[in-house]
Amino acid sequence: MTAMRVFLRNQMRIIAPFATLIVLVAFFCLTSGSFASLDNAANILTQISVTGIIAVGLTFVILCAEIDLSVAAIANVTGIAVAYFTLQEGYVNIANVPLPGFAAIILALIGCFMLGLVNAAGITLIGIPSFIMTLAMMQIGAGISALLVRGQIAYAVPDLVSLLGAGRVAGIPCLVLVAAAFLLAGHLVLTYTRFGRYVYMVGGNREAAEYAGVNVKLVLGAVIVISAMCSGVAGMLGVAHFGSAQQNEFDGYLLDAIAAVVVGGTSLFGGRGGIGNTIIGLLILGVLNNGLDHIQIDSFLKILIRGLILLAALIINVYVQKVRESA
Amino acid sequence: MTEEAAPPLELRGISKSFGGVAALRDVDFVLRRGEIHGLVGENGAGKSTLMKIIAGLHGQYDGRMAIDGRPVHFRSPREALAAGIGMVHQELSVVPDLSVAENVYLGQQPTKGGIVDWRAMMDGARRHLASLGIDVDPGARMGSLAIGLQQLIELARVLFSGARIVILDEPTSALSPPEVQRLFEVLRGVRASGRSIVFISHFLDDVLAISDTVTIFRNGRLIATEAAGTIDKGWLIQRMIGRGHEELEGSYTGAIALYSKPDAPVVLDVRGLAAGRAFADVSLDVRAGEVLGIYGYMGCGLIELARTLFGKLRADAGTMSIGGKVLRPRSTAEACRAGIAFVPESRRSMLFHTEPVYKNMSISVLGRIGRLLLRPSVEKDIARRHVQSLSIRPPTVETLLGSLSGGNQQKVALAKWLTWPPKVLVLSEPTRGMDVGAKEDVVRIVKGLREQGMGVVVLSTEPETVLSLADRIVVMKKGRIVHEFAGRTVSKDQLLEAA
Ligand SMILES: Nc1ncnc2c1ncn2[C@@H]1O[C@H](COP(=O)(O)OP(=O)(O)OP(=O)(O)O)[C@@H](O)[C@H]1O
Ligand SMILES: [Mg+2]
Repeated sequence: MTAMRVFLRNQMRIIAPFATLIVLVAFFCLTSGSFASLDNAANILTQISVTGIIAVGLTFVILCAEIDLSVAAIANVTGIAVAYFTLQEGYVNIANVPLPGFAAIILALIGCFMLGLVNAAGITLIGIPSFIMTLAMMQIGAGISALLVRGQIAYAVPDLVSLLGAGRVAGIPCLVLVAAAFLLAGHLVLTYTRFGRYVYMVGGNREAAEYAGVNVKLVLGAVIVISAMCSGVAGMLGVAHFGSAQQNEFDGYLLDAIAAVVVGGTSLFGGRGGIGNTIIGLLILGVLNNGLDHIQIDSFLKILIRGLILLAALIINVYVQKVRESA
Repeated sequence: MTEEAAPPLELRGISKSFGGVAALRDVDFVLRRGEIHGLVGENGAGKSTLMKIIAGLHGQYDGRMAIDGRPVHFRSPREALAAGIGMVHQELSVVPDLSVAENVYLGQQPTKGGIVDWRAMMDGARRHLASLGIDVDPGARMGSLAIGLQQLIELARVLFSGARIVILDEPTSALSPPEVQRLFEVLRGVRASGRSIVFISHFLDDVLAISDTVTIFRNGRLIATEAAGTIDKGWLIQRMIGRGHEELEGSYTGAIALYSKPDAPVVLDVRGLAAGRAFADVSLDVRAGEVLGIYGYMGCGLIELARTLFGKLRADAGTMSIGGKVLRPRSTAEACRAGIAFVPESRRSMLFHTEPVYKNMSISVLGRIGRLLLRPSVEKDIARRHVQSLSIRPPTVETLLGSLSGGNQQKVALAKWLTWPPKVLVLSEPTRGMDVGAKEDVVRIVKGLREQGMGVVVLSTEPETVLSLADRIVVMKKGRIVHEFAGRTVSKDQLLEAA
């Protein structure tokens, strides 16, 4: 009996968001005739995939009690870069540099890696708070994007990118498979590797990790670079998925990715949570965004409702965790 | 006397368990008016838990509590304070950036027409502090005062808020001998005013010196309550541990013979090390198989020196070499790789409270257990070995660290370096908060490491700790090394005199 209660209390971090998810699904199933279908489930999964890839990297960062505000901007730059290095149709008015597909992909990946490295250097070597450093990077990313496309829209991306971003295998969107692979890889790294343990320990008590001889700066730098790389991949596949590369394309994804991680129950103070939480957070967000489109309400009201529901989910998380700690 | 009937505080049949593990079993405890009541017991015996129940920090327990004969059940510290119970915790809770007066009046500043009446506050604080015999400028910034003084001022605040029962949990562990004497004078004054004090400490001499009554805890039970005048240290230790340990405590009081090892290779060589205003021109060497003790009062630069050796603080000048290799570590990871290990004195900053014991022990050796992947079963095996050899309680490696008692946490912190011994081990206050038996364990462990040829540096403000561990002792004063004892005998008095 007590053992059971202790177990439940320990799992609250995952149970509370999971209950929120169940309630949302049940609500939309009851109120909308079109919500509960296999097709729509596939829709939801596709809709959360780009956010999902970004959220993997962000989970690492938030577990270390840092934040990365540049994820959407880096996604945007990388998506635009890969299109920039691809031969565009004649009517696209961009002075670009066409290269073979693999070269375009590698250059784009190097690009987001470098941006991540700049973030990491600013945070660990110079000591700029991650909030500020990545805020600056958000602007820098937007600036690079603007210079590359100059207000135009590019469409063509390398074949591999368009396959992964917009293709299907066995009827399943590749994008969903890629997101699932990233989430799985993130989970394995966090749970089974030494690096993963360091991420949790650095987030749990940075000073103690330092006194244990952990190279805290290296761990922080690594999570920031991982976050940039995940964002870069999300950006390339996102461009293929949307069918175009342009300025400000990913603006909504910053808040969505942070919301997914935090609503899922990962602590902003670091050290607790994980990819399992992020998956539930992604599903909550996906179900909410999609479900609201299936019920008859004022579409301007939906934005407010969405905000209120997310707030409620966060309050439940915080409350439940307080109960856990005080008992 | 007619008021004999209702003691200020009476507890009957108190039991408390955490997740099925009993921390207190059927404890009866009575505190009388105007007495100083010493509380002793091994690490994890339940002393802090009982005090937290009295101070309203643990609302859930079995049993009855009465204040002046009136039944009470506190569910928050605020309720306990309102009933006249104040607690001074081991970790100071003063506000370093506020003035002394503001700290004394914390939360209850006198106001005149809605704004804080500064003059009344300064005068009030000065009067109140003077009445306790504490001579300090009420306008001084709290953080600029010595730790001992800050502790006295925190005590003053608790008294000022109207507490008639004051609980002190290990108040002397960070104080120098003169500061302890000053604290005792204040406590005697408080007693004379008819208030009651509970005094928890592992320093049995202190307990016997200041207490009227002493209560002994063992394993969650109250073993005995006796008048302090009728008992001695040996008797206390026997009750605390259940076996005799007189020879151990006895060894602290006589003169100690020091051994030097002039032939062994030097593993740590420090020349002219300096860091900011903390310390300057520190030169020392440690040989393989030697324990170097560094003794000094609080604030003499010990803490900073230890951190500089481990690469947590940067040195401004000087050189350092480990096993013949010169380096000036810029990060703790670098120091670690070079072969230095460090156990700091603050539990909060060296342990992961929300993680299980085994993760706390394995963190510094993960790379040796597996380069890429974790191997939890190996981690747990290693941890089990340490838990057993250090007799950590409870003896399970899955327990969350935060639920261990203070002394047991300290053992965990030491354990994490014992799996793959480093060349040089730097221990800052290795026995702070440990009971007599655990201190003996530490002595045993350190001696064992010395046999293995490790160089050990022990920095402490407790003369007993240095005397019981060191082969050679240097004394630090105001950031400089002022004296060295080597190759002869040294007593506690000589050590105190040198500092
Ligand atoms: N919050 C908690 N959760 C679970 N167990 C706890 C908690 N607090 C204390 N305990 C357990 O209760 C027992 C008594 O602990 P307590 O802190 O009262 O010991 P103590 O006598 O103060 O020891 P020390 O001298 O080491 O401070 C220990 O076994 C400890 O592990
Ligand atoms: Mg205690």
